[in-house]
Amino acid sequence: MDLNFTPEEIAFRDEARHFFRTAIPQSIRDKVAEGEGLTRDDMINAQRILNAKGWCTVNWPVEWGGKDWTSVQVYLYQDEMQQANCPTPIAFNVSMVGPVIAQFGSQEIKERFLPATANADIFWCQGFSEPGSGSDLASLRTKAEKKGDKYIVNGQKIWTTLAQYADWIFCLVRTDPAAKAQEGISFLLIDMKTPGITVRPIITIDGGREVNEVFFDNVEVPAENLVGQENKGWDYAKFLLGNERTGIARVGASKAKIARIKELAALEFSGERPLIESPRFQEKLAAVEVELKALEMTQLRVVSDERKLAKGRQNPASSILKLKGSVIQQQLTDLLMEVVGPYVMPYQRDFEGNNEPIIGPDYASEAAPMYFNYRKVSIYGGSNEIQRNIIAKAILGL
Amino acid sequence: MDFDLSEDQRLLKDSVDRLVADQYQFEQRKKYMREPAGYSAAMWDQITEMGLLGLPFEETLGGFGGGPVETAIVMDAFGRGLVLEPYFATVVLGGGLLRRAASASMLGALAPKVAAGKLKLAFGHVERQSRYNLADVSTTARRDGSNYVLDGAKSVVIHGDTADKIFITARLSGERRAAGGIGLFLIDPATAGVTRRGYPTQDGQRAAEITLTNARVSADDLISDNALPVIEHVIDEAIAALCAEAVGAMQSMQDLTLEYLKTRKQFGRAIGSFQVLQHRSVDMLVAVEQARSMALFAAVMAGEENPIERRKAISAAKVQIGRSAKHVGQEAIQLHGGIGMTNEYAVGHYFKRVTMIDQLYGDADTHLSYLAAHGGLFGKVA
Repeated sequence: MDLNFTPEEIAFRDEARHFFRTAIPQSIRDKVAEGEGLTRDDMINAQRILNAKGWCTVNWPVEWGGKDWTSVQVYLYQDEMQQANCPTPIAFNVSMVGPVIAQFGSQEIKERFLPATANADIFWCQGFSEPGSGSDLASLRTKAEKKGDKYIVNGQKIWTTLAQYADWIFCLVRTDPAAKAQEGISFLLIDMKTPGITVRPIITIDGGREVNEVFFDNVEVPAENLVGQENKGWDYAKFLLGNERTGIARVGASKAKIARIKELAALEFSGERPLIESPRFQEKLAAVEVELKALEMTQLRVVSDERKLAKGRQNPASSILKLKGSVIQQQLTDLLMEVVGPYVMPYQRDFEGNNEPIIGPDYASEAAPMYFNYRKVSIYGGSNEIQRNIIAKAILGL
Repeated sequence: MDFDLSEDQRLLKDSVDRLVADQYQFEQRKKYMREPAGYSAAMWDQITEMGLLGLPFEETLGGFGGGPVETAIVMDAFGRGLVLEPYFATVVLGGGLLRRAASASMLGALAPKVAAGKLKLAFGHVERQSRYNLADVSTTARRDGSNYVLDGAKSVVIHGDTADKIFITARLSGERRAAGGIGLFLIDPATAGVTRRGYPTQDGQRAAEITLTNARVSADDLISDNALPVIEHVIDEAIAALCAEAVGAMQSMQDLTLEYLKTRKQFGRAIGSFQVLQHRSVDMLVAVEQARSMALFAAVMAGEENPIERRKAISAAKVQIGRSAKHVGQEAIQLHGGIGMTNEYAVGHYFKRVTMIDQLYGDADTHLSYLAAHGGLFGKVA
């Protein structure tokens, strides 16, 4: 047992650290640090910089631009990226649809979509959830009827993150209404410009527009846009959801938040002294740091185990990454808000686009919106309650 | 980076795991506890024969040069068995003090005896008023010719009642809480003026109150005249070992509880089919795994020579272990219901052990305060 990184691993870490802190524009990294929303161009620019270095789709098969990295390298890559406040490559492209196409798509569909997906020439969004199908995803009802060489799609998706930016949407659609819920679902790629698609924003409690409703009204989709086999979409969805096991803990991002909290807590005063010197505040922060350190060690155990486990088998520790990681992220947004104090109050989103000076310190305006927004992280990607159901069944055998 | 055990570590783990599985079933443990010493003499011999008592010493001294990871492997297994024998007091505390404080000649004379099971050790340091402050020593040592005269009292000395020799700290100079001037002696408990009152602890182990009244020891028994740095390091190693033991105990509670949920039937079905209990079991699992991760961190950091970095890491681990153990222990009892309350059933004994471990060398809150006051674990990347 040797928990030190090897000299090669340290060299790799240093390369990653240097790259992320020099190649990605400071203006973009500042926005990530402050929790300010990125524009579509910000996301695409950052992704293309990564892609140009070959560091965008590291989790893909090597022939499609993936890296034959060790799991430790993947860990270091993610950790350094997050600590540098670099935007993660567009998750819908890189973590979700890309691996599904690479694994299950035809050669033709791979060639058509994978390079464009890697380079963010296509901006993807995910059409999974529906108004009646959240945690019970397999009950989804959006249907695709085969008519000649087309599917006719009717129905509604919801919580579609960044649909307003998206060129394409990958959808779970029902192709066999007679089959058992899980067995009549297909995985379909749809051009957002197709007639019959309407996108309607949902404003979330932070005041932001991140998620949308997407309506499909007799949308004609060429049959060749089907990924893999008809009615096998549930398997592909499970593959997609099980794919990202370690990055989901967001340990690096939480480290960056802690560094920021410490920095800002030195600027804000509580009585005669900076807040960072208040023992009560110090202890609250230290308690989260302990949990985060434990999570980091847990993540490293999972990373180390990945090399040995047969594909598809899961280390019990991996299941806690999302549960714990999400709660830690939320606790840190709470602490950040506490650091800012009274100037969390002004709601300044309405000033966007005009030249009004910002009210209060420039780090204050996003603290409360970020806190409100981060309630989502224990809901999306399978709520923490669903995670517990999965762990109870798959790991504890209950 | 590599979390895999080496071949030697794997062999060590296999052998201690087998020992605990074969000879430390709950009913066997009850018998061991009833022996006069409060543990099994035969088991002590067996632990000796396996070579475990020489763990921290070099091969030339009859040991096998193990470090904190090897200690953690042993202690994790001992936690699963709730092992009663004075391994922690003799090898982790006593062996650690010998290795770090004793002269080469003393180490050469005593380590082989420890390794051969012929010298049981204990560490009398904590006092009534000192709580978790390792520098707080009011016992005094007064030089008198070629002797020292010791006066004071030592509290809750783990396995102090059966130890053959006892490390005692006493102040040679300085104020009560001064960092300097703490002497470390290794004394014979039969020395005139030394009394010890042995008793069982809540978790079924043994300890002693030791008083020193005009106790005259040889100046040769003084091992260090400025012992605090060594004591801090040995206690950090001891905490790392206790973290591993607690993880073993937590794992057993998790296993027992899961087994119970699968077999206990109410309302016509296994109670583990109820979602509320499933979710609570998952939260237990999370607590155990987070604790296991921090016990590993503690084992890795126990050898760190920078005392602040080491202490912060050890403190962080003790916080996590304390909190996880409290959660897992309380939930294990609750999920068992009435049977969890009975002394006849194992789960409560694990709960008692981890509860006492939280009190040893600083509870979770004490360590959290230390960590918080020293800047925490994470900062800006340089």
